[in-house]
Amino acid sequence: MPAISTSSLPDIVFMLLFFFMVTTQMRDTENKVAVKLPEASEVVKLERKDLASYINIGSPVKHLQAQYGTDARIQLNDSFKTVEDIRDFIAAERDAMSEGDRQLMTVSIKADENVRMGIVTDVKQELRRCSALKIMYAARKPGIE
Amino acid sequence: MAKKTPEINSSSTADIAFLLLCYFLMTTTMGSQTGLSRRLPPMPDQNQKVEDQKVNRRNIVVVRINAQDRLFAGSEPMDVTQLKDKMKEFLSNPADDPELPEKTEIDIEGYGKCLVSKGVISLQNDRGTSYQAYIAVQNELVKAVNELRDEWSMSTYGKKYSRLTEEQQEIVRKAVPQNISEAEPKEEKKK
Repeated sequence: MPAISTSSLPDIVFMLLFFFMVTTQMRDTENKVAVKLPEASEVVKLERKDLASYINIGSPVKHLQAQYGTDARIQLNDSFKTVEDIRDFIAAERDAMSEGDRQLMTVSIKADENVRMGIVTDVKQELRRCSALKIMYAARKPGIE
Repeated sequence: MAKKTPEINSSSTADIAFLLLCYFLMTTTMGSQTGLSRRLPPMPDQNQKVEDQKVNRRNIVVVRINAQDRLFAGSEPMDVTQLKDKMKEFLSNPADDPELPEKTEIDIEGYGKCLVSKGVISLQNDRGTSYQAYIAVQNELVKAVNELRDEWSMSTYGKKYSRLTEEQQEIVRKAVPQNISEAEPKEEKKK
């Protein structure tokens, strides 16, 4: 019995590789807070992903709980921050953008469904103070994990 | 006769490609970010005197979620599932009820004169409200507006809002505005 030709296998795998390279994006930050987004049926897509800044709110992930406790915290970039740090964060994000893109900046608030509105309200107030007014409450479509 | 060059052994290319594939699978995320888009009101200037915005009582409905995630629309308690229809009735005011918001005639470019509701939904929450409940309510409010837009575009263009052209969507957005105001957080109760 002749052996099955495997000469096209590399081509198939390369094709898969290119597919994933094109459709995915680099994970830029490590999640330090566990965020399970709330469900909403009327969600819209974030238009310019490159102009979005993310504010994660939730309780720290399991292995950090010993150190930071289980209270909801804010994560900016790669570390835990407080509400006061948002101002610097927004300023830094703005600086990294070109002049024309700055009004289009969107702040995506990724908050866990179990956090209380108190912390979210604080974040919103701080964003208003920095006049970063375009926001998005990150949510997922029902049925999609 | 020239000596035949030996072929490069390519049996390991597959393995290399698999390795690369695995690397990309691990380090990247399938990104489709979705969410509810909102525009925050600008911070009022501190030196400026805060003028009380005189909004006619009939034009505003207060939707409140308290710390126990109970929902109140106007003054009556309500379930989230009932909210959408209530808000649609409020925004469209089909019977021209004097208790419900008034309409003004505005001129929309590319369409002409059109009656637009002046109704504003004011969403208030407590510090103890859970985010999940808050988003659920936001979602219902958006759904109410979206359905009204669909109905409006159905009767005007005979198509659903999402199937209209950019310009037509712009017109519909002006005819059925999404006026949801996220109220200033209430000051802590003074004793």
